[in-house]
Amino acid sequence: MKSLVKNLLLAAAATTMLVTSSIAEEAKRGGTLVAALGTNVRNLNPAVQSGIVTGFPGTQLFAAPLRYDDDWTPQPYLAESWNISDDGLKVTLNLVKNAKFHDGKPITSEDVAFSVDVIKANHPFKAMFAPVESVDTPDAHTAVLNLSKPHPALMLAMSSQLMAIIPKHVYGDGQDAKTHPRNTADVVGSGPFKLVEYKSGEHVIMERFDDYFIEGRPYLDKMVLKIIPDPAARTIAYENGEVQFGAFEVVPQNINRLKKASGLTVTPQGYGAIGPIDWLAINTTKGPLKDKRVRQAIAHSIDKNFVHKAIMRGTAANAATGIHPDSPFHTADVPEYELDLDKANALLDEAGFAKDGDGNRFDLTIDFGWKDVKPQVEYVKAALKKVGINVTVRASADFPTWAKRMGTMDFDMSWDTVFNWGDPVIGVHRTYLTSNIAKGVWSNTQGYSNARVDELLEMAGKETDPEKRKALYTEFQQIVADELPIYFMNTLPYHTVYSDKVGNPPLGIWATSSPMDKTYLK
Amino acid sequence: MIRAISIRALYAIVLLIAVLVLNFSMLHLAPGDVADTIAQASGGADPEVMDQIRRDYGLDQPFLTQLGSYIVKVAKFDLGYSFFYNRPVTDLILERLPATLLLVISAQLLALIVGVVLGVISARNPNGLTSHFVTGLALFGYSAPVFWTGILLLIAFSLNLPIFPSSGMRDVTIEGGFFAHTVDVLHHLVLPVIALCSVYLALYSRLCRSSMLEVLGSDYVRTAKAKGLSEGQVVYKHALKNALSPVITLAGLQFSAVISGAVLVEAVFSWPGLGTLAFQSIIARDTPTILGILFFSAIVVVIGNLITDLVLRMIDPRVGGKA
Repeated sequence: MKSLVKNLLLAAAATTMLVTSSIAEEAKRGGTLVAALGTNVRNLNPAVQSGIVTGFPGTQLFAAPLRYDDDWTPQPYLAESWNISDDGLKVTLNLVKNAKFHDGKPITSEDVAFSVDVIKANHPFKAMFAPVESVDTPDAHTAVLNLSKPHPALMLAMSSQLMAIIPKHVYGDGQDAKTHPRNTADVVGSGPFKLVEYKSGEHVIMERFDDYFIEGRPYLDKMVLKIIPDPAARTIAYENGEVQFGAFEVVPQNINRLKKASGLTVTPQGYGAIGPIDWLAINTTKGPLKDKRVRQAIAHSIDKNFVHKAIMRGTAANAATGIHPDSPFHTADVPEYELDLDKANALLDEAGFAKDGDGNRFDLTIDFGWKDVKPQVEYVKAALKKVGINVTVRASADFPTWAKRMGTMDFDMSWDTVFNWGDPVIGVHRTYLTSNIAKGVWSNTQGYSNARVDELLEMAGKETDPEKRKALYTEFQQIVADELPIYFMNTLPYHTVYSDKVGNPPLGIWATSSPMDKTYLK
Repeated sequence: MIRAISIRALYAIVLLIAVLVLNFSMLHLAPGDVADTIAQASGGADPEVMDQIRRDYGLDQPFLTQLGSYIVKVAKFDLGYSFFYNRPVTDLILERLPATLLLVISAQLLALIVGVVLGVISARNPNGLTSHFVTGLALFGYSAPVFWTGILLLIAFSLNLPIFPSSGMRDVTIEGGFFAHTVDVLHHLVLPVIALCSVYLALYSRLCRSSMLEVLGSDYVRTAKAKGLSEGQVVYKHALKNALSPVITLAGLQFSAVISGAVLVEAVFSWPGLGTLAFQSIIARDTPTILGILFFSAIVVVIGNLITDLVLRMIDPRVGGKA
């Protein structure tokens, strides 16, 4: 038995080597990759600025302790190995010995400890490192994170843009890290590319860092990120070859158009960890919406198929829960609500909201925060009309106006998009915890409170056994899908576009929020 | 002359202060603030972080305190600090200004020259082919939104017939000296200028045509013709000079559109100018940057009007004789 396992392992290793060597043969050094960026970057330092826009240049400029490919298993990066103590309270990182910052100074455990401090103080996601109480630095290449409780989310939090290792000798000069001048100019990072020029609204130019700690990489000599905010102009730029690569394309019409273009590949692969989900948020503290049956009736009145096929034009996948379908913690085993107007009417009658003489039951409002989702809310209005619910669409002048309404729970229903950000602890818990009700936009703005859900999330947050953890999240997803504080609709149709000339585009779980040291030009 | 200018300068200062107070108050009336958009750009933020941002940037201070400290700052020629871009507003504006000026001035000049030429030609033969062409062009220019014209130009000359680049102001991959880079910028400039020009061109050619028609029918032109002056002398020396003043007045007014008119064109062509910055700042509720740009545009309008006035005085002695 043992030898069989061994043989299998050997065979697997051999296959892996074959695969890697065939990639290595193809990969070639040199060239300039011109990529499109749809939004202006405001900050290049991921330690203080979250978001997918900073993530792209940020993960090229700064390395993290770990990295992920497409299967959610942590891979060594700045940490060549790591070790978690049996009680889960000590995480030891053994750093790569030859790693240097772009100014030539070595990357040490001091920098890791410093980066954790800066991230804890400035990063918008407190949940990532909240249990980290201190970082010990027994020697220059060992960092030990001391935790107050087991924290499995730490593995994803130590990857991608979430834990950029920044140089203490540059950012530790006493200036406020959030507004540090070196966040946008003269950036000294630890990643595969170093900054050449950043022009707000125009471009970010980066070139190969020759002393990068992974031998022979990156393959590209230069990366130019062109800032092209208009989606139509960006589509043309892909088509005529002015840019060879871009991510986070989200407009269904443009995606379908690009799919037909020759010499381009358009794929939704690679967004599992970012995990963006479109949903209908329901304020569970307001009038008829307090009743679970009303919320279920609303779900039964909405034809998801219409949203997927007609509005998203087949570019988006179904989302049945608040955890992205690509995540290992997602479960498809939850109640779904097929279009069934009879059932919806029956549920509403049962809840005590009978139709009046004109066939109306009650009035509701629906909000939306950005124009792209206007068709969805107009559709909800039309769909609910059929079961006697009068919906008024409330537009917001801009994002802050909408955010204010959401954050203060001044709404009945709203279309919303929320990101998972890797581990559920980081981006999922915030929407359901009783302790996080109405704490600003993208908190628990549904006013949802369920003691069992709170308990499940609390346990899942510190459960180190992946199977048990998955079971806890499965139960959580089933409860939420039954109680419907949110009716989950679809994944946001993020797509990556790349020309045939591009080899190894970043299609792992973190999309462009991951180092592109393996990307090359054919 | 000097008195006239100083009176205008005084008015201008009062106007600028009013612009400041009004803009500041209006922006303050809108619900939500930059902390929300910073959270948006971050994919969400914990409430403590957002409170911290509000404290750091003084957004939790009473309205009058904020307004007062802002006016004091502007009086010291400091437009403040952009919360969203983490940079001084003056830097942001000055960095974007050249691109917008290049675009707007090129489009204005082109529109003015071509517009006047077309206007004159069509006025000399009001029922001719050129005249109909000008009318048609004006109709198109008025009615077609610039972003639509822009996208059409992109599809035609960047995609189907790829002779012009689709976006940006320069190709950073180009090697070469000053000359190569200048040519590159000009290459990028063509489509945005044509798109932006289409609006102005309609205005100028139409106005010049009607103004020219009016002047050509007046007594002194008949006198000039009766004196036996050549057609060219009559049209270009006598008539055009007078017909131009409404066109120049209009051009002066259009100068105020330095920012507003260019926003859409800049958006379509990803032109890195002030218009894009203004638009993004409004979306991001980045108050200091919006206020800075509005203040700056107010200054541009005041200066533009002053220049228009001076030019009019030069070509038309009747203007401003008494003031």
